[in-house]
Amino acid sequence: MAIKDYLRERFFPHMWCPGCGHGIVLNNMLRSIEQLGLSKNEIVMVSGIGCSSRISGYVDFHTLHTIHGRALAFATGVKLGLPELNVIVPMGDGDALAIGGNHFIHAARRNIDITAIVMNNRIYGMTGGQFSPLSGIGTMATTAPFRNIDHDFDVAELSKAAGATFVARTTTFHAKQITDIIKQAILHEGFSVVEILTQCPTYFGRKNREGSASNMMELYKKNTTPIGSQAKQENPELIERGILHEVEAPEYCNEYDKIIKAAMKGK
Amino acid sequence: MAKPKLKEHIINREWCKGCGICVHFCPKKVLELDDTDKVVAARPQDCICCKLCELRCPDLAIEVIVERQ
Amino acid sequence: MDPNIKFIQGNEVCVEAALYAGLNFFAGYPITPSTEIAEHLAQKLPEQGGKFIQMEDEIASMAAIIGASLTGKKVMTATSGPGFSLMQEALGYAIMTEIPCVIVNVMRGGPSTGLPTSVGQGDVMQARWGTHGDHGIIALTASNHQDVFSITIDAFNLAETYRTPVILLFDEVVGHMREKLVVPEPGEIPIVERLRTSVKGGVDYHPYLPREDGRLPMSDFGGVHRYNVTGLYHDMWGFPSNNPSVVQGLHRHLNDKITNNVNQISRYKEYYLEDAECILISYGSAARSALHVVQERRPRGEKLGLLELQTLWPFPYQMIKEKCENAKSIAVVELNAGQVLRAVKRAVNDPEKVFLANRIDGVFITPVDIRNMLRFVQGRGA
Repeated sequence: MAIKDYLRERFFPHMWCPGCGHGIVLNNMLRSIEQLGLSKNEIVMVSGIGCSSRISGYVDFHTLHTIHGRALAFATGVKLGLPELNVIVPMGDGDALAIGGNHFIHAARRNIDITAIVMNNRIYGMTGGQFSPLSGIGTMATTAPFRNIDHDFDVAELSKAAGATFVARTTTFHAKQITDIIKQAILHEGFSVVEILTQCPTYFGRKNREGSASNMMELYKKNTTPIGSQAKQENPELIERGILHEVEAPEYCNEYDKIIKAAMKGK
Repeated sequence: MAKPKLKEHIINREWCKGCGICVHFCPKKVLELDDTDKVVAARPQDCICCKLCELRCPDLAIEVIVERQ
Repeated sequence: MDPNIKFIQGNEVCVEAALYAGLNFFAGYPITPSTEIAEHLAQKLPEQGGKFIQMEDEIASMAAIIGASLTGKKVMTATSGPGFSLMQEALGYAIMTEIPCVIVNVMRGGPSTGLPTSVGQGDVMQARWGTHGDHGIIALTASNHQDVFSITIDAFNLAETYRTPVILLFDEVVGHMREKLVVPEPGEIPIVERLRTSVKGGVDYHPYLPREDGRLPMSDFGGVHRYNVTGLYHDMWGFPSNNPSVVQGLHRHLNDKITNNVNQISRYKEYYLEDAECILISYGSAARSALHVVQERRPRGEKLGLLELQTLWPFPYQMIKEKCENAKSIAVVELNAGQVLRAVKRAVNDPEKVFLANRIDGVFITPVDIRNMLRFVQGRGA
């Protein structure tokens, strides 16, 4: 497998549970990188804490496994430090949007050229199944034993409102689309958000009676639709997949380079 | 273009955790879990080389090798 | 006029010194009384091709400088009490991952929002133990602009030498006060550059294997060596490990690399200690008043001396013990309830002879305050 060249094979089999969607994200993210022909030395992967963040340990790039919620802030330092690097930041839903929510919106607002991947399994897996800001009303979790009364929010809408210039969504069922979208997200100059619905059969699936990993992926097939489809008009409950938002806007590091030019001239 | 022809399924039994995703989604029911809950290609002759098992494998444990044309 | 002679605020001195030391990346968040550091760097860094970024909070500021340090930059952030509290987790990360960086805390009155525009020195123990877990830490301070300049450069040099965060504990008085600074010529003060590995690409590189001299050569992100950086206990390649011997080895290393080098790290100034019967121990702005008292009393034949600490952590226990051996009394002059006092009591043979001369009301301690206190110490009554 060509993508094995990007793996730190000595740490396999990985630590994720059987059927965990995070492995599918890893699998297809590496295919994107391989298809883009990027060199391992030009990629920095920065992650935070949680099941998702362990992804950085498995890839043979420059890898920075940081603290909970702050991956994007570390990544901002890396990117501004050396803008020629490709900076990819995989995060869990809690990591990115609960403890890391502030960094998330501000990285989006700056439109710094970072690829943020939100691996959304709607649960805190590493700590054993607590509800996250994306679990949504009515779900069950160890910290919502009766039912969850916390509202969720739409990552894509939030990202757009905060200033992200590339926003896309797909699921682990749609593996080829993961590869395709991450490729475009990496190529996009600016802050890119890719939300990937990824199953946690161990906690979310079990607590919410969604069955096996395969069954949870069947639900992704059933409950999502390509953006702009007829199906969405007939059933507004469907979650849209694809590139939801893409605009061009000044990128932070480029803008800072202009500041440096002006400042050095003025001196 | 000729249809791709299967050479073999390379299955990494060390990495496979037996989640059954590849078995479930294989359109031709080529794959099965064996007694030790590891995937095996039970009916390789039926494989159409769609590679969905390879792309959806969370353990990066299965690879579909196609004959060179 | 000589352009190297300046009349500026302490915060601006810190900026001049940081640039002299090679600072080329700063991330920060506005907070009184440190804000001028960010303001001046926003202007000066891009003029020299460096980078300044204003982050969304102090947590992000600390995170950003760590990230930038890994790309080979010399980095700094600056804050004050509440912001320093927010930085503690990422500070621990920099300790664990051994990433050079400098954190300036211009101390104000605390706890909480406290006294934003008033002086305090209440963060001494937080600098030592603010982040969780056992660890070694370096914290430096200074009382006047010329020393702020040299100690700031020291902070960068020590950060590179020991691959560790270094805290500069200045205070509001030093930060906002204006006095003369003579900027040294380039090269006058030696600068420690980043030690990078000589291991070639394709050859196994161990980012966390100390050389014989204890130093760990680094490799910048984007270079030929791809390794892992994690806040988990890790092996010599940077990969997570909970192997007890690996854990114990790293735990020891993180503490020992600082505590075993206390003599190399320790900086202090002494005034009239040889025959001093009463020794004042002080640091930061408080040491200015202490020095004033000593210089005023000496001509009158009073055997008063001053030991001004510039390295607060690792605490120079042995040095203090030796310097104070013959003193009849010791007064620690500081702007808190006795944080360095406690450490001094642990250092000396007779803790009963150590007294506190302090102010905790947000007002700068004056020579009069110290003299009043000395009357008690010297048994001359109120």
